[in-house]
Order: sequence, then C-alpha cells, then structure tokens
Amino acid sequence: MKRFIGFIRKEFYHIFRDRRSLFILFGMPIAQILLFGFAITNEINNVNIAILDHSKDTSTLEIINKISNSKYFSIKQIISREAEIESVFQKGKIKAVLNFEKDFGRNLIKKKSAQIQIITDATDPNTANSITNYINAILQNYLQEKNKSIQLDYQIIPQTRMVYNQELKSVFLFVPGVMTIILMLVSAMMTSISITREKELGTMEILLVSPLKPFQVIIGKVVPYIFLSIINAAVIVLLSIFIFKMPVEGSLILLGAESVLFIITSLALGILISTISDTQQSAMMISLMGLMLPVILLSGFIFPISSMPAPLQVISNIIPAKWFIIIIKGIMLKGVGLAFVWKETLILIGMTVFFIAVSVKKYKIRLD
Amino acid sequence: MKNENVIEVENLTKAFGAFKAVNAISFEVKKGEIFGFLGANGAGKTTAIKMLIGISHPTSGKAKVVDFDVYTQPEAIKRNIGYMSQRFALYDDLTVQENINFFGGIYGLSRKAIRQKSKDSLVELGMHEISSKLVGSLPLGWKQKLSFSVALLHEPKIVFLDEPTGGVDPITRRQFWEMIYKAADQGTTIFVTTHYMDEAEYCDRVSIMVEGKIEALDTPKNLKQQFKVASMNEVFLKLARNIE
Amino acid sequence: MRTIGYIVQKEFKQIFRNKGMLPIIFILPILQLVILSNAATYEVKNIKFAYIDADRTSTSRSLIEKFNASSYFDVLMDFPSNKIANFAMLAGEVDVVLEIPIHFERNLIKEKSATLGISINAIDGAAAGLESVYINQIIQGYNRDIRVSLMDTSHRSIKPINISSSPSFWYNTSLDYKTFMVPGILVLLVTMITLFLSGMNIVREKEIGTLEQINVTPIKKSQFIMGKLFPFWIIGMGLLTIGLILAKLIFNTPMLGNIPLLYLYTSIYILVILGMGLLISNFTDTQQQAMFIAWFFIVIFILMSGLFTPIESMPQWAQIFTEINPIKYFVEVMRMVLLKGAGLQVILPQLLKTLAYALVMNALAVWSYKKVN
Repeated sequence: MKRFIGFIRKEFYHIFRDRRSLFILFGMPIAQILLFGFAITNEINNVNIAILDHSKDTSTLEIINKISNSKYFSIKQIISREAEIESVFQKGKIKAVLNFEKDFGRNLIKKKSAQIQIITDATDPNTANSITNYINAILQNYLQEKNKSIQLDYQIIPQTRMVYNQELKSVFLFVPGVMTIILMLVSAMMTSISITREKELGTMEILLVSPLKPFQVIIGKVVPYIFLSIINAAVIVLLSIFIFKMPVEGSLILLGAESVLFIITSLALGILISTISDTQQSAMMISLMGLMLPVILLSGFIFPISSMPAPLQVISNIIPAKWFIIIIKGIMLKGVGLAFVWKETLILIGMTVFFIAVSVKKYKIRLD
Repeated sequence: MKNENVIEVENLTKAFGAFKAVNAISFEVKKGEIFGFLGANGAGKTTAIKMLIGISHPTSGKAKVVDFDVYTQPEAIKRNIGYMSQRFALYDDLTVQENINFFGGIYGLSRKAIRQKSKDSLVELGMHEISSKLVGSLPLGWKQKLSFSVALLHEPKIVFLDEPTGGVDPITRRQFWEMIYKAADQGTTIFVTTHYMDEAEYCDRVSIMVEGKIEALDTPKNLKQQFKVASMNEVFLKLARNIE
Repeated sequence: MRTIGYIVQKEFKQIFRNKGMLPIIFILPILQLVILSNAATYEVKNIKFAYIDADRTSTSRSLIEKFNASSYFDVLMDFPSNKIANFAMLAGEVDVVLEIPIHFERNLIKEKSATLGISINAIDGAAAGLESVYINQIIQGYNRDIRVSLMDTSHRSIKPINISSSPSFWYNTSLDYKTFMVPGILVLLVTMITLFLSGMNIVREKEIGTLEQINVTPIKKSQFIMGKLFPFWIIGMGLLTIGLILAKLIFNTPMLGNIPLLYLYTSIYILVILGMGLLISNFTDTQQQAMFIAWFFIVIFILMSGLFTPIESMPQWAQIFTEINPIKYFVEVMRMVLLKGAGLQVILPQLLKTLAYALVMNALAVWSYKKVN
C-alpha cells in the first residue's frame, strides 16, 4: 500500500511539474465554458434581411417598421429588383429577402388579402425555417392589431408555459453539453496518452516488473486525473451557476456523485483506448478523431436525438455522454432525484464495468 | 599524420542561468586523432558536444570546427561532421536500407553515391541480408553499428560519438572500436565520449571533464604516469576524488 | 528540392507503414462523414406529445385528432391528471403536454372563447420555440375550422384582412439538413486530420530523439518543414476528394460551383492548418502537450465556425473573434461554392484572408522552428 501511494505521488509530481500542461488542463475548460456559454446559441437574432418593396405604401411601411423593431431582424438593405436577390445571397451576409407584391396596401384594403413572399437563403435550413416562422409570427401580430375592430368569435386561446427554461435561454442547453465534452475528452484523452506514453518510452515494462500489481499501476496512473477532472467539473458547475445563472434544482451532492461516475467512465474508456494502441499518436487519434465528433453530434448536446434517423438513435445509446447529459439536465434544470435518473446511472456504471473488463482481458492477452 | 587542428576551443562556456554546465573549456583536436572526451554523468560532455556540432549556442568563448566558427557557420560545420547521439536516433519504423537512403539523401549525396555507399557499409556491417528489415526489430548492438555507418555516410571530416557503446555487450563494443579505428585510419577525426575507462585506453588523447571543467588532457600513457597509476580507471577516480 | 523529396518519401513510408494509423486517417473520417451527417439536424420532429383531456367532448377529441394527423407530433398518451403529466415530463417521456380543461366545448360555444394549457419542455430553447410555433399553427387551423362551422352566415360577411405569405427557400428548397451539414462536416474532418497529424509529427521526432539527428545535418529549416508538411497536405487533399465523391454519391449534395476553385481554396487552407500544427509542435515538448493545445483550439474553432450554430446570432465580440477562425472561412467557402455556386469574385475576401493567414502562420512556424537551442 505504501509503495502504491508512493507511485501515485510520483504521478502527481509528473503532472504538476509540467506547468504548461497544467495550465492547459485547467485554463482550457474555463476558457471554453465561458466562450461557449456566452457565444454559442442556436436561436436566431439580428439576422440581416433585405426588403424588396414593390408597393411602398403605409401598410408595407408599418410592417417593415415592425420587423426592424424586433430583436430578431435588422434590415440591412433595400433592393428594387428581383434580379438583385441572387447577388445579395451570394455575398452571404443577407439571409432573407421580404418581397411585397405590387399594390400590397390597396389589395389589403380592397381585397382584404395581400401577398408577401419570404425568400430565404436556405443553405442553412434551420435559420431559413426560423426566419420564416418569426416573420410569419410578426405578420400575424400585425393582422391581429388591424383586425381588432372586428370581434372574432369562437376563439381558442392557448396559454403556453415553457417549463424548466422560461426565457428559452440556449445556455441551458449548451452548458451541460460543454461540461460533458470537456470531462469526456480530457479524461479519456489524458489517461490513454499517459499510459501509452509509458509504453512507448519503455517505462511501462519497468513498472510492470516492479512489485506493483498491473492494476495498481493503472489505477495509480488514473487517480491523479480523477482529481484533476473533479476539480474541473467543480469549476465548470460553479461557473455555470454564478455566471450563467443555471439553476441547480436538484441535489448538488447527487450532481457531484454523478459527475464523478461519468469521470470514471471516461477514464475507463481512456484505459481501454490505451490497451488497443501502442503509440501515443494512435491513442490520441482514436480519442480525438474517434470521440470528438460522435460526442458533439450524437449526445444530444446540440442536435435533438429524437429528430435523428432511427438507426442513429440506436447508435446514440452507446455514447456515454448522451446519458450524462440527460442526468445533468435532469438534476440541474428539472430538479429530479435519483428516482428519475437511476436508469441512466446504471447504464453509465454498466459501461464503466464493461470498459474495464475488456481492458483487463486485452491486457492479459498481451502479457501472455 | 599532419599536426593540423580540426577543432580549436577556447574558454567555451554554456550557462543555464547561474549554473555553468560547461565552464571555460579549452582544447584542440588534431586531424585524424581519436580524441576521448571523458567525464562522469552530468559533467557537461553532451552539452559541450552540442555546442561543437552547432545545435546549441555557446554562452561565451570561442570554438572552431573544421575551420568554421560555431557562432556564425553552424550549417557549414554540419556539412562536414557526423554525429551519433547517445539516444538511438535512426527511425525504428524504416528499414535499414531506407534509413541509409534517407540520411544519405538529406546530406545531399547523389543517388549513385548512396547506392555505392550503402552497399559497402552493409557488406562491412554484415547486414546485407537484413537490409529490408525494420530497424526497430534489430538488437541494440546492430542498431549502434548501423548508426555509426550512417554518421559516416557523407564522409565527414570529424565524427562526434556521444556514448556510442552504452548498453552494448563486450563483443559488439570490440567490433565497434574496430570500426572506429578503421575510420580514423582513413583520416576521419573521431571525437568520442564514453564512461567505459577501458575504452579510454584506445584513444590517442583523452580529456577528462569534471563539473564543467577539463581537469586533465593528455595521452592515456602520460596521464597514467602523471597520476602514478596503472589504469585510466584509477586516473579518473583520483581526479573525481580530488574535486570532492 | 531533392532533399525535400527524401523527407517526403520518408514521411509517406512511415505513415503507410503504421497499420494502426491508416484506418484512423482514412476510414474513420469517412465513416463519420457518412454516419454523422445524418445526425446533425435541427429539424424538430417526432415531438413526444401527450394530452390531458378533462373535457372529453367531440370538440376536444377532434382537436387531439389534429395533433395526431400532424407529422411533427407523436401522440403518446392520455394522462388522467396534471400530476402524472408533470411526472412524465420530469422523466423525459414527453416534451409537450396539451391540457384541455373541463367545459372546453361549453365555453367555446357559450362564451365564444375557451382556453387551452400547453406545457413545453424548454431546456432546448430553440426547439421549444419551434414546437410552440407548430402547436399554434395547428390550434389556429382548428380555430378557423370551428369558426366556419359555428358562425352563422350573417357574421361571415365581415371579413378580416389577411396577408398570405409564401415562403421560398433558395438553394435548398426541401430544407434538407444533410445538404447543409455534409460540406461542413467534411471541412471538420479535413481540418482535424491535418491539424492532429502535423501537430504531433515534429514533436514526436523531438520525443524519440530523431529530431536532434536531423538538426545536425546541413538540411535547411525550410526544406525540412516543407518536406514534413507536404505529405499531410496531400492527405488533406485526398480526404477532400474522397469526401466530395461520397457527398455526391451518398448524399447527392449539390455541387453548383466550380470544383477546381474549391481545390484552389482548400490547397491554401490546408497550409494554414499545417502551419498551425507546426507552430504547436515547436512550442511543445511532448505529444501530450501538443495534442492538448490542438484539441483546445479545434474545439473552439469548430463550435465558433458557424457550422452548427449561426455566427450572426453570436454577440458582437464573439463575431469579431470568429474573424480569426480559419474553419469559419472554409465552412463558408465550401457552402458558398457547392450550394450557391459562388465564383472567385464572391469568395475572394475569404480566399485572400486565408492566404494571408497561411503566410503568417507558416512564417511564424518556420521562424520558431529552432535547429539550435
């Protein structure tokens, strides 16, 4: 046991002596969470649009004013011909053109109906779709004001309640995701690299012939990273609470425990990667190339899993990050207890056991 | 053998902060000589070599290698020297032949010269049959001999060998020194560091470095006389003890 | 030139001899392109929808029927009480709960107005916004139907004014996400592979000690660096080619623009990334450090590139920050050229900025590469 503690101490020295890595290890997650928390949003606002007004009357003016007053849009350009749309879109700054038909105002009064065309640059379908929806909403609003005089009968009034996130802040979606991606990659990458590094430099053999048992060697290498990752997780949670005003509706202790579990899952994955790679290079490529995009794309971090094609929804189940994101969202935003996330917790535990079992097996084969 | 100096060093110093790894050393090496550069681990041998081969800037002092100044003409020096480091530095994931081709190529040898040279050295090394084997799979002794041949490929005027025989069995060491003699006979100057004191006996002249300074420099025979001992090993121990 | 050739040859041999790395360099990115492109969709569909029908009249049932008919909603179940519905939402089993209050039908007919309760899980704010739009569309449509069937004819003569808006989605009429994402993900893969490989390469030689051996040779800094980077440049261009072919064959991604122009841009872009990798290599001592730094930058660059989330929606300071993000330019150019058919004229600003970036990066890299300590 004493020997083992000595070994862990050596690992700590290794890490803490390398100031540059240490700086990266702690500085990066903080920088990333701040940057992303503030900057990344999948809402639209301040979208640049152009106006093509063939009518130029009071009603088009009223509508244009309404649109430019909304926080979603800023009117950047007035164009006069359809032919200009192409070049405007080509430049890429303008995302939509509002095309009022000729005699818009007159039609609205005389025929009670007028035409408007919402032309969007749909290379980004999400933005295009959102723009169309928001403009329609503004138009509806305009109509409601205009029709106020006419009492509408038989009205159904929906009262919508946005649960868990009343102001629809996208930070609530992204912070759990960023936290997950940081913990996952830092833990998996660091362990896999530090173990393969010993292999590559030949020092692993020296450790293995020492009286330490192989699993002690591995645990010794992993323990410092557990500490580092726990500190990282704590910093991220504090930042999200105090800077991004994320609520922690549920138990902080449970959140902590689940984070430790997820860190261990990631470390176990790192160990597994180290058993299948001989060089740091391949360990890194596997943990970076193999983990980064799947974690970003298949975990529900940015894109809703329920909208994915069925096979991908199935595949997403093997991504540990998916389950952890469900757990953090549950605890922080919904305030649920273990009663609601026990299933996800068990899955993470199961994955951890699986990763370790496979590593042990691979490791044994190697020694024979 | 002409009395022509190929290395001239005067008060060469390398300081890392307040610590002087190499402290004002001065010496000359003559053409065709086997010059032993001895010292305990950490005495500053490798640091000194790195300055001479142009990959480390001296803090102060003068040094000329093959008539070129280490401050201003490191690239010219590099064309005229060979170097074999204490860490094995060929590519493990290339074959014997590929390593030779590569290093020959970046020294600017013509294709024909490379072909001729590699044939000669492979025959000499007895590695003809295994030229298409990955270097990583060879035993250490073979790798070291191969390294030495590669360092000689471009017919340098001086070869710097930094502990070339570390960790190698006595028979291979013996063969290695035969290669060194052969190169020296052909006029190549050999600058070799070692901490095997028996190897020091093979050198024409040796210098002994202790804590950054050269404490002794002469032929092995003269040194033994001077310190009144029977072997270089005792010379070395005596010197080290004096310092302490 | 011949010297560079030797280095290039050596690098290629080392890359292709490393059987463990080959699949990571070539197969993994392609697999990811093919699979993950399907995952990146903001489309909101299969919304898990449940309802509490306290009214249980033909009106309430026909409203629910409307939701049933919509392709956006998966109508899951009928909850007997609010409490159970909340519970299901906590457990993540439903995203939207429609609550039809008791006397809904009676109020609608007698008081000419009735309310509905809607609860939306809003953790994903953007999705919640869209869901709310879809719900309102359905309810309004239903409302119109009701009016038509309940109003007497005399009332109908007072017609409210209406604006009919017709959306027109250019360049991607069917709003296909894959059209949008495939070029972007291809950008990522090309970038990641070239950055990681080049970032690790030189520091690896530092670590195993072969770099010192190279440094005592008379080879010039620039020769060495060019020889080192050229193979990765080739690999990057190769990946682009494979990626474009797959994009065409599997996703039928539109390729309206000039493909040689895309190659011209990419050939410069990869230089930026390689220069960056080399710079990282120069300032680190171990592969571990190098990878960490590379990882740090790549995550920031990816998430700030406009690939997944629109740049226009970022705060002003963040938008200014994206100006130094090379991935942003590549994503823009890729989409502009492939999807919009943009020509040289249009992408010239991006091209020039990337070129300047490449010059600066590589100058810094060559400058900071030290043969001498």
